[in-house]
Amino acid sequence: MKDVIIGLEIHIQLNKLRSKLFCSCSTKYHDSEPDTHTCPVCLGLPGTLPVINRKAVDSAIKVALALNCEIEEWTMFYRKNYYYPDLVKGFQISQYDYPIAIDGKINIEIEDVEREIRIKRVHMEEDPGRLIHVGTIDRSRYSLIDYNRSGMALLEVVTEPDLRTPKEARIFLNKLKNILEYLDVFDSSLEGSLRSDANISLAGGARAEIKNISSYKGVEKALLFEIVRQNNLVRRGVKVVQETRHFDEARGVTISLRTKEGEEDYRYFPEQDLVPFTILDRVDDIKKTLPELPDAKRKRFVLKYGISDNHAKVLISELGLANFFEIVATELDAKLSATWIADVLKGELNYRDLDISAFSPDHIIQILQMLEKDKITENGAVQIIRTIMDEGGKPSEIVDRKGLLKIETDASENIVLLVLEENPAAVQDYLGGKEESLHYLMGQVMKKTRGRADPNTVSELLKKKLGC
Amino acid sequence: MRQRKRGDISRVPGLFSMNINGMRELFNSGNSVEETIHSTFDKIERSKLNAFITLSKEIALEEARILDKNGAKGMLGGIPIGIKDSISTKGIQTTCGSKILEGYVPPYDAHVIERLKLEGAIIIGKTNMDEFAMGTSTETSYFGPTRNPWDLKRVPGGSSGGSAAAVAGGEAPIALGSDTGGSVRCPASFCGVVGLKPTYGLVSRYGLIAYANSLEQIGPFARNVKDVALLLDVIAGYDSKDSTSINEKCEYLKALRYDVSDVKIGVPKEYFGEGIDEDVEKAVWKGIKTLEDMGASYTEISLKHTKYSLAAYYIIAMSEASSNLARFDGLRYGLRLEKDKDWHNTFSEIKAQGFGEEVKRRILLGTYALSAGYYGKYYLKALKVRTLIKRDFESALKDTSVLITPTMPFPAFKIGEKIGDPLALYLADVNTVPINLAGVPSISVPCGFSGKLPIGMQIIGRHFDEATVLRTAYAFEQGGGCDT
Ligand SMILES: [Zn+2]
Repeated sequence: MKDVIIGLEIHIQLNKLRSKLFCSCSTKYHDSEPDTHTCPVCLGLPGTLPVINRKAVDSAIKVALALNCEIEEWTMFYRKNYYYPDLVKGFQISQYDYPIAIDGKINIEIEDVEREIRIKRVHMEEDPGRLIHVGTIDRSRYSLIDYNRSGMALLEVVTEPDLRTPKEARIFLNKLKNILEYLDVFDSSLEGSLRSDANISLAGGARAEIKNISSYKGVEKALLFEIVRQNNLVRRGVKVVQETRHFDEARGVTISLRTKEGEEDYRYFPEQDLVPFTILDRVDDIKKTLPELPDAKRKRFVLKYGISDNHAKVLISELGLANFFEIVATELDAKLSATWIADVLKGELNYRDLDISAFSPDHIIQILQMLEKDKITENGAVQIIRTIMDEGGKPSEIVDRKGLLKIETDASENIVLLVLEENPAAVQDYLGGKEESLHYLMGQVMKKTRGRADPNTVSELLKKKLGC
Repeated sequence: MRQRKRGDISRVPGLFSMNINGMRELFNSGNSVEETIHSTFDKIERSKLNAFITLSKEIALEEARILDKNGAKGMLGGIPIGIKDSISTKGIQTTCGSKILEGYVPPYDAHVIERLKLEGAIIIGKTNMDEFAMGTSTETSYFGPTRNPWDLKRVPGGSSGGSAAAVAGGEAPIALGSDTGGSVRCPASFCGVVGLKPTYGLVSRYGLIAYANSLEQIGPFARNVKDVALLLDVIAGYDSKDSTSINEKCEYLKALRYDVSDVKIGVPKEYFGEGIDEDVEKAVWKGIKTLEDMGASYTEISLKHTKYSLAAYYIIAMSEASSNLARFDGLRYGLRLEKDKDWHNTFSEIKAQGFGEEVKRRILLGTYALSAGYYGKYYLKALKVRTLIKRDFESALKDTSVLITPTMPFPAFKIGEKIGDPLALYLADVNTVPINLAGVPSISVPCGFSGKLPIGMQIIGRHFDEATVLRTAYAFEQGGGCDT
């Protein structure tokens, strides 16, 4: 395959702010009727003027610092002129020269190798309204517009073309989302909270820009589709043209919106209704409010708790999970906690599409304490975790209800002898050299103990009784 | 017309030439605000001036009745006022003189309207203007031209021609206009009234429908300097809704003194150059001499970059206009097509039908000036010229307290005389646009006549020094003014 060059422009909605970017409308519109969170300013009524939300600027500086950017001394807004039905003023207030920050970087891990992805710039702009196409964008007969989103604060993060595969793009996005969640500037669960434009070209070929991909997974899918499409063109000897494409999430394909000739001239020029303002003087204060970020937390987990880097990596992937781990690790052995949270608990949650907030740290502490005191088997612990997730309840009560207390060695020995007596054929087979028969006999013992016997003990007992 | 009990008010001598103080005394001595407002509407409805696009009669009379009941309190209690149709008024149609906004009723008040209402002013209607304030004659209004009260065949000037004509014609004692490149001072000059363009940032633009937002200010009209100062006292001041608003207000009415002994006048020679009518030049020089006789001193000075100001002004104004007017797409308010098409065609058809010729011309030229490849050549260059012009004024006003020039190169011209020649009309703004580029305050006061047509004298001041500008104008007016 040819070299692939990918760059991303990610729009992050600062939906944890209380008000929009240039007016005092509430940002909590996600469960509301259309056009209920609007005012003359965000509807762009004639005569209205924008006033910058300084909290939004602070959030932007916070993100820029976390992305290791250089914060500019002062910043200003520009008008990006274009027509679209969701754009109330016929221009978007955005940034051009003198954005909030430039020249950042974040590290991502590809197959255990660290790669640095450069951030070209971070700038602020206002979100347009939301268009709802009846059907798909190319076939819809009419569209509806909801202006609740109009004027929401967006942060645009632009990468250098440093990404090489669709998978890298996904890993980068996850890392970015991870950092943003630590910064507490946005809620990724809300509709439209993160939208990406992806630029992609195959070595030597023209660049396609895929606009407005609204999901994380969509970015990888759209890029995979583009690579196949562009490769097919090259194979058939057709020239790849520079164009803007739309990703149809439902069909998993990209569609051409306009080619380079139709490319818009946005006629950027300074927004005179807002005055340039200094931001450098805010940086020191904001730096003090920066939380521990994922990379630093991962290092600290390894150093402080002596857990494996792999476990640390899983634990820091969600702030909630990391905090959960720290609560549990103060009560119990850190390595045991890390194993059970990162491997077992996380796996069971993922399987059920649940968040860590669905599980109480007290419950896992109680379960692991029982395990440490040898009162339950590992198998029993897993069963308790599953039961809590599926049916609810408390660990001690589930142990009683399901009879999960571990069986003592003496009791296990009696059951082993009984199984050997009941299965002479299997015993003969095993003695005759058939290794699998031991697994069969194990299974019979576990069945009789309903899993409460410790598998290691049972295995040892069996081998002893069989005389090997 | 409905029959109603009439008091003596409409027979009060000089009601329609009364100043704010006179009217307030009238109300204080027990005369009815409602009667006054009624008489005012009677006059407007019989008028040939076409100074108003929309009359807000019902609302105004209701306000008047409330004031009659509770007492006409506030600095402008019961005073009727005309508002340029570029200023948003809650519940009253606001068209900016354009078909594209016909029927648009703003759901909010401009900041200045809130201030006026707080002081008890009664909005009688929305005054006529060049479409989107793009003009010097009020002839580009979709709602027909306004006529000059001094000669009905002539233009009132523009773009705030309706406001100036209403004040000059006795249809309102005071009015608000907006001034992007002379739109308050030009009609003040042509109609023989006083009109002020405040320093950029002194009066909130919140609610003013933008033509060129880096240049324009809302400004007061009245028949005398005192009323202009009082109206400025009401509308000036910081507004958190306008990020370019600056807290530099002082008390303007109190600043008026019949004393110019400390005033140093600068007379920029470039403003008396080619194309200035002889009568105009004479009247303005006479005005300067009057002030000298009163104790002021004057020196001739030079504003070196004056010759570039028209070009810079029109590039900046048109560029900003091309963006400011983009929002009028008929989707949320204003003109609507009989039958919607796809959005591309709907938007372009709305604009094709809704905008007049001059507006289209300026949008196209502005779009061109901002286009890739031309931006540096035009817009950026114009901004540089603007900086030079601003410096010209700042350095000239270091050694002088005010500058005096003719407001307009000539008196009011005939309706239809220049409308076919856009360039000639643009040239008429030669003495007013540099002031907007520099952002300084400037007033036009009547200083004489050419035949029966009034002439305006422009007094320019330092940034936020409206007090000195108004005091000089006041002293000139009291010291004889245009009657000398
Ligand atoms: Zn709003």
